[in-house]
Amino acid sequence: MPTTRRQFLSLAGGVTVIPIVTLRPVAATPAMLNSAIRNVVGEAPIRTGKVKLDIPPLVENGNTVPMTVSVASPMTATEYVKSIHVFNEKNPQPNIGNFYFTAASGRAQVSTRIRLADTQRVVAIARLADDTFWQVAVDVVVTLAACTEEMN
Amino acid sequence: MAALINVPAKAKRGDVIEIRTLTSHIMETGFRHTMDGALVPRDIITSFTCRFNGTEIFRADLFPAIAANPYLSFFTVAKESGKFEFEWIGDNGYSSTASASIAVE
Repeated sequence: MPTTRRQFLSLAGGVTVIPIVTLRPVAATPAMLNSAIRNVVGEAPIRTGKVKLDIPPLVENGNTVPMTVSVASPMTATEYVKSIHVFNEKNPQPNIGNFYFTAASGRAQVSTRIRLADTQRVVAIARLADDTFWQVAVDVVVTLAACTEEMN
Repeated sequence: MAALINVPAKAKRGDVIEIRTLTSHIMETGFRHTMDGALVPRDIITSFTCRFNGTEIFRADLFPAIAANPYLSFFTVAKESGKFEFEWIGDNGYSSTASASIAVE
């Protein structure tokens, strides 16, 4: 019996309906990243929000990745951002930079260029004047890694 | 030792101004190996400080994850005329300074 188009398609469909399971934990933060964050934050709770992390979602060259972190804050004498701490998940070391501001900074924003060794998550945490902590996490895809390549 | 500093020459009192700095440094991570497997020792700038008329207005701790030739941009409120002083400190006794002046009206 020649297979009809309909039969063929239903068969092919039956075979390919294998559930595609993405094995991705909701918040995969390796222990090193967590302990680096705890070194800065201590036991204080970290809330999500207020912080904005501008970084390209797709990076071709991990050796120099432009990054801007800003925090929504009026920057007055009583209500300002004390510091911003930036961390990564998969570089050989979890720290990227710590940046310290004053009430006279005017704007809680810093830009720099960083290295990323792998496709990973970058986390920025801000410490406000009232010692509350706010964070944001951004996933970055890196096609050419930095940090550990051989020297020529 | 060369550093590029970008500070507005003039500003109105109370303006929020942007300061951009770029300095030349290899920022060797200490995680790379040569072709024969020897570890290349770390050589990075670990600290950057900006002072205005002697008062610290911005400070940064840098790690190997900061790209070579560290670039930093940050803000301050222009309050009075004066001088910004910039200082980079790093491994192997590295130290470099620069300065820039601003006239506030």
